[in-house]
Amino acid sequence: MKPKILIAGALAMATALPALAAEGDPVYNYTLIEADIAEIDDTTVGAFDAQGWVGGDYNRFWWKTEGEFADGDFEGAEVQALYSRYISKFWDAQIGVRYDLEPKGETYGVIGLQGLAPYFFEVDAAAFVSSSGDVSARFEATGELLFTQRLILEPGIALDFYAEDDPSRQIGSGLATAEYSAQLRYEFTREFAPYVELAYEEAYGDTADFQRLETGSADDTVFKVGLRTMF
Amino acid sequence: MRSKLAGLLIATSSLIAPAALADVYNLEIDQFERTVDGKTLTGVSINGTSPGPLLRLREGEDVTINVTNTLDVDTSLHWHGIILDAGMDGVPGISFDGIAPGETYTYNFTANQSGTYWYHGHSALQEQEGVFAPIIIEPAQPDPFEYDREHVIILADWLNDSPYKALANLKKRSNYYNYNRRTVFDLWRDWTNADGGEKTDVIQERLAWGRMRMDPTDIVDITGYSFLVNGETPEDNWSGLFEPGEKVRLRFINAAAMTYFDVKIPGLKMTVVQADGQNIEPVSVDEFPIAIAETFDVIVEPEAGQSYTIFAAAKDRSGYARGTLSETPGAEAAIPELGPRPELTMAAMGEGHASHGAMADGEAAGMDEMTMDMSGDAHRGHGEMPAMEHGEKVLSYDDLRALTPYTDRRAPDREVELRLTGNMERYFWSINDVKFGDAGPLEFNYGERVRITFKNETMMEHPMHLHGLWMDLVNGEGDMAPRKHTITIRPGETISADVTVDATGSWAFHCHILQHAATGMFRQVNVIGGVQ
Repeated sequence: MKPKILIAGALAMATALPALAAEGDPVYNYTLIEADIAEIDDTTVGAFDAQGWVGGDYNRFWWKTEGEFADGDFEGAEVQALYSRYISKFWDAQIGVRYDLEPKGETYGVIGLQGLAPYFFEVDAAAFVSSSGDVSARFEATGELLFTQRLILEPGIALDFYAEDDPSRQIGSGLATAEYSAQLRYEFTREFAPYVELAYEEAYGDTADFQRLETGSADDTVFKVGLRTMF
Repeated sequence: MRSKLAGLLIATSSLIAPAALADVYNLEIDQFERTVDGKTLTGVSINGTSPGPLLRLREGEDVTINVTNTLDVDTSLHWHGIILDAGMDGVPGISFDGIAPGETYTYNFTANQSGTYWYHGHSALQEQEGVFAPIIIEPAQPDPFEYDREHVIILADWLNDSPYKALANLKKRSNYYNYNRRTVFDLWRDWTNADGGEKTDVIQERLAWGRMRMDPTDIVDITGYSFLVNGETPEDNWSGLFEPGEKVRLRFINAAAMTYFDVKIPGLKMTVVQADGQNIEPVSVDEFPIAIAETFDVIVEPEAGQSYTIFAAAKDRSGYARGTLSETPGAEAAIPELGPRPELTMAAMGEGHASHGAMADGEAAGMDEMTMDMSGDAHRGHGEMPAMEHGEKVLSYDDLRALTPYTDRRAPDREVELRLTGNMERYFWSINDVKFGDAGPLEFNYGERVRITFKNETMMEHPMHLHGLWMDLVNGEGDMAPRKHTITIRPGETISADVTVDATGSWAFHCHILQHAATGMFRQVNVIGGVQ
């Protein structure tokens, strides 16, 4: 039921766009997809992270999705549908909804800020409020270091914060998890860029305790091989 | 004898419009297939070709041009630099409704001027797809310089892809086409090359660009062009002939969508006699920069038995347009080195550098601490240019002096400041931080004299073209200020032009880099009062 609402919302925003074009803000679009696989504890884990927008320079419909699957089953998957508004030279404010399909269905309200910080850091920061009132936040940033015009190292950081403990999801309040990554990609073209990525994930606080109880460890290092495409 | 008599008649009384000075021209805008450097694309032609046919008019002529649209989208033609009634200017949405598919539109105007001009499409990005061609208006009285022969040299940049797709790519990722960005090895090289104390400057400079989120290698927005002389690639080698002892007039027109050129003919001095169709005091140069949409006429005196390369280097040094002047078709001469790719450099942070002016960016506060300079760019012929080191003369705006003063020498009644602005990251361009779609028209009053002051707050040079009204470039020449239809403003530069508002109606006013005009660096000018 809830995915249908999302789709309806997205369609409503998409159909509103031609009116913008008539006001001299022609509609363009962008899609960025990263998909990779990793071998974790003898299990092949696949992951995808994609986002894109449709719209003009000031008003855009922005979508984001990410997920992980192992042994053919989704372990986590979410989609976001956002209205994105240009607020200053390098920044968009975003508001919309997020729906988690896995591990369990949950709807969130989203408010966020996405753009380019000084020193060319791509930043995506968002706060979420679940339908049951749980508040969480996510901060992601990536940079770029060019070895050549096509061989590019992209360091990244992703932090997850929670307002309250949620033992049912093995989450503690405060900074729960962080991922520090380094992606090395080769842009044969802008549209076709295979990559390898080394990611170190660490849990903090109570979240770390939960994870230690479950798996005996609160951190993990993952080596991924993937493909990045944009169009 | 007869032509002399006709000339005399026009000269003695402009009220007499002899029946002989009227002609009808028929043009058709259509798609065509074009193969350039091995890649075939669909372009848009005028009478089947690009460049389209030369319109050779005579001063005083009543011109009728029937333009038929054979495309399946709207089209238009604009007569660049020609002073005419607003309704005949050919800008859809401002001058008229455009020419619908299958329709024929008739343009009528009297050619009240002479010189080298051009015409081009003003719908969507059709000009980049091939819709441009030269105009020559022969003067009623002979030009005050001698020549025996003339050639039109229309420079262009042909994109190896659809310009619409290129714009869409820039919207997705503004550095989509930049494969010259600085790498960590460039940083290492700069670091090792710098003397002890300057090493920190290397880091400081790199950090300053990063802080501003700007890229010093961002010289052009799009790459992948073939540079053309009269529609021919450097390999095709367009050939212009001369006979021994002849003085040759070359009428240069920059019809490119995105490319500034630096033009030279090694072995020949060029005497610049016209700028934007207006006679100027002759200036002898070795090289001249030509902004998009500008025209320059030069006289050269080739030596018997010699061949000469006409060399037009793209500003980003990604390539060149080339032709050859010779006595025999197909001859070739040595092709000069392109030279290094220019990069924007930042002078010491916060240090004043009056000749270029500090760049103040309305939104990125960090920018006003910076002064910038186009190293390797010889545009205005300021001191630091490499060419100057060899004692070669490069034309600058400071060299332009009108041959005769124009009638209206009033001091301006008021000043209108136009800040040239944009958002490179999002790839849209604006004036005073407002895009065309969100801006009301500029209003000028008929009869007034307005000073337009351009302040370029972006990292790119912008060729600003005002339709329907001349701009008298304020370059310190006073009553001899040159009159231009297109004025280019470098990054960080401030330039003024005085405009006598002597034509009523609505006019377009925009950056002539097509992708900049298309994304917002455009205004409508309404002239209030007056009669057509």
